[in-house]
Amino acid sequence: MSILINKDTKLICQGMTGSQGTLHCKQILEYGSNLVGGVTPGKGGEEHLGVPIFNTVKDAVNKTNATVSVIFVPAPFCQDSISEAIDSGIKLIICITEGIPVLDMIPIKRRLEETGTLMIGPNCPGIITPEECKIGIMPGPIHKKGKIGIVSRSGTLTYEAVHQTSQCGLGQSTCVGIGGDPIPGMSFIDVLKMFEADPQTEGIILVGEIGGSAEEDAAEYIKNHVTKPVVAYIAGVTAPAGKRMGHAGAIISGGQGTADGKYKAFEAAGVTTVKNPAEIGNAIFERMQSK
Amino acid sequence: MDLHEYQGKALLRENGITVPDGVAVGNLSDAVKAYKVLESERVVIKAQVHAGGRGKAGGVKIVSNQGELENEVKNLLGSNLVTHQTDKNGLPIHQVLIETPSNIVKEYYLSILVDRTSQMIKIVASSEGGMDIEAVAESNPEKIIQIDVDPTLGLQPFQSRELGFAIGLKPVHIKQFTLMLSKLYKLFCDNDLSLVEINPLITNDKEEVICLDSKISVDENALYRQKALASYRDPSQEDERENHAKQWDLNYVHLDGNIGCMVNGAGLAMATMDIIKVCGGLPANFLDVGGGATEERVTEGFKIILSDKNVRGIFVNIFGGIVKCDLIADGIINACQQCNLDIPVVVRLVGNNAELGAKKLNDSGLNLIGVDDLLEASKCIVQKVEELA
Repeated sequence: MSILINKDTKLICQGMTGSQGTLHCKQILEYGSNLVGGVTPGKGGEEHLGVPIFNTVKDAVNKTNATVSVIFVPAPFCQDSISEAIDSGIKLIICITEGIPVLDMIPIKRRLEETGTLMIGPNCPGIITPEECKIGIMPGPIHKKGKIGIVSRSGTLTYEAVHQTSQCGLGQSTCVGIGGDPIPGMSFIDVLKMFEADPQTEGIILVGEIGGSAEEDAAEYIKNHVTKPVVAYIAGVTAPAGKRMGHAGAIISGGQGTADGKYKAFEAAGVTTVKNPAEIGNAIFERMQSK
Repeated sequence: MDLHEYQGKALLRENGITVPDGVAVGNLSDAVKAYKVLESERVVIKAQVHAGGRGKAGGVKIVSNQGELENEVKNLLGSNLVTHQTDKNGLPIHQVLIETPSNIVKEYYLSILVDRTSQMIKIVASSEGGMDIEAVAESNPEKIIQIDVDPTLGLQPFQSRELGFAIGLKPVHIKQFTLMLSKLYKLFCDNDLSLVEINPLITNDKEEVICLDSKISVDENALYRQKALASYRDPSQEDERENHAKQWDLNYVHLDGNIGCMVNGAGLAMATMDIIKVCGGLPANFLDVGGGATEERVTEGFKIILSDKNVRGIFVNIFGGIVKCDLIADGIINACQQCNLDIPVVVRLVGNNAELGAKKLNDSGLNLIGVDDLLEASKCIVQKVEELA
């Protein structure tokens, strides 16, 4: 078992024929993921990287029975592409694109909730179930099938956590990069819920960042609902207070968002916290030993 | 991207929202002309910088005649204003806004922003406008009234009425306030704003509701479709090195330490700064070279780091994604040669061909040290820099 994706997952790609789409779809195919189609309006009927291209997501879904779509479309067109995926019955969307205007995402978030469609991202590295299915831009070879679920707001920092768990022999069940945008699809809590229910996942690593209150919310959830060992690292303890204008952000956040506050919230929830990013692997290894 | 107060007020005025009469000027003779045009003995002079806390920092002056006006304008223009929201050098004042004063009866607070928690547009208002709204939020949170706007329905007038009555506006103000808020909300959406803050919003002795200040920020990601607003960018209010970095798609933030950092990815860059601190060093900057870490970008990254004379050593931490580490190593070696680097550079590469990459670095004959363990690498750069001190 794993969460969200496995070796049977049928995947299409929106924006596959573009430069980013081409570069990463090659890697996705090499990893062995079941990429069964691409969508580029006007290129339907052609083939790209040996995969059939369709004009619309509906065509692609009808012909291939895909349930997952990965999006590499440029930011100005993502609201349209995500809407099309939702409307075509895709169950899980992975939006890699960064730089989407935040006001484009607010109505998307509402549509996702209304339809029950799941989305990872935007502005994220994607998701991987090692040795089964990779959907995203992460380097495949650092991953190893195993028992740790990893959820992270960061890209390359996720790879760091992956690398350390591979090196200490634990490996990963599934790794999800939820992305760092203000309005993301799935939250830490959505992913934690799945890891808690997944028999393959025996321990969880959560990698957060300063800003927002997603980590504090996750800590609260872990306290009440997660029984598996959790290790958390928050990047940005040494980051200076951001330059800001006005007070609105500060007065609605009510003091949340600092690394200190996030660490305190996790410690209160029984989570093992690490302040040194090189210690993530050791920390989860020790928690698993003492289980 | 932040707008100046005068730019924000022009936007408000164009959209039918009441602001005081005023003119922004950049020199003394224009200031005198503006004074005459405004036909008011007393005027307010407001320094135009991208920071809050201007009043307390001496950036807002009230004058009663032309002589006083000339003095204050001379003092402000060309100087730097240091407020609690700027760094110790402050921000340069290139323009001042000259405005007719208002007869304030009461001050309120009003803002619109995207709320990460509710994932909706949020409107925040308070009866306690003017200075120190953050202190109010802490001591009297019940005085901060918040409403979320449903993205399907948009802002409804009843919400504005509720908000207006909750902050203690009088019935005579409610209609004006409701109309103003619907215009502000539309302005927020139409212009891809990330923040509108009016502090204070005031009522005057003629029972008018007026926006006395404006802080407006535009979503950087939407500037491609907000070309008019994009042209309002004022680079003098931003860090020169950060701007230079932006031209190369590099994300740079200057800090006070002596170990330059070059990392791919924002999260890993923050983590790298954290681990340098854990090892007893002090990072000189945050620098995210992005996923690619190509030779060209690494070269520009080195140049930006080296423009900081405090830097005594550099830590390069690259998690090679799709690109093989030996190719990244080649890029780093070439970049070092181009920049004539003479300070120690510790490079940690992870990913495909990491060992070959490290070997190339160590064999380059340059002051490059390849270390593949994150903790060892950070210890190494901290130690090298200490040896030099």
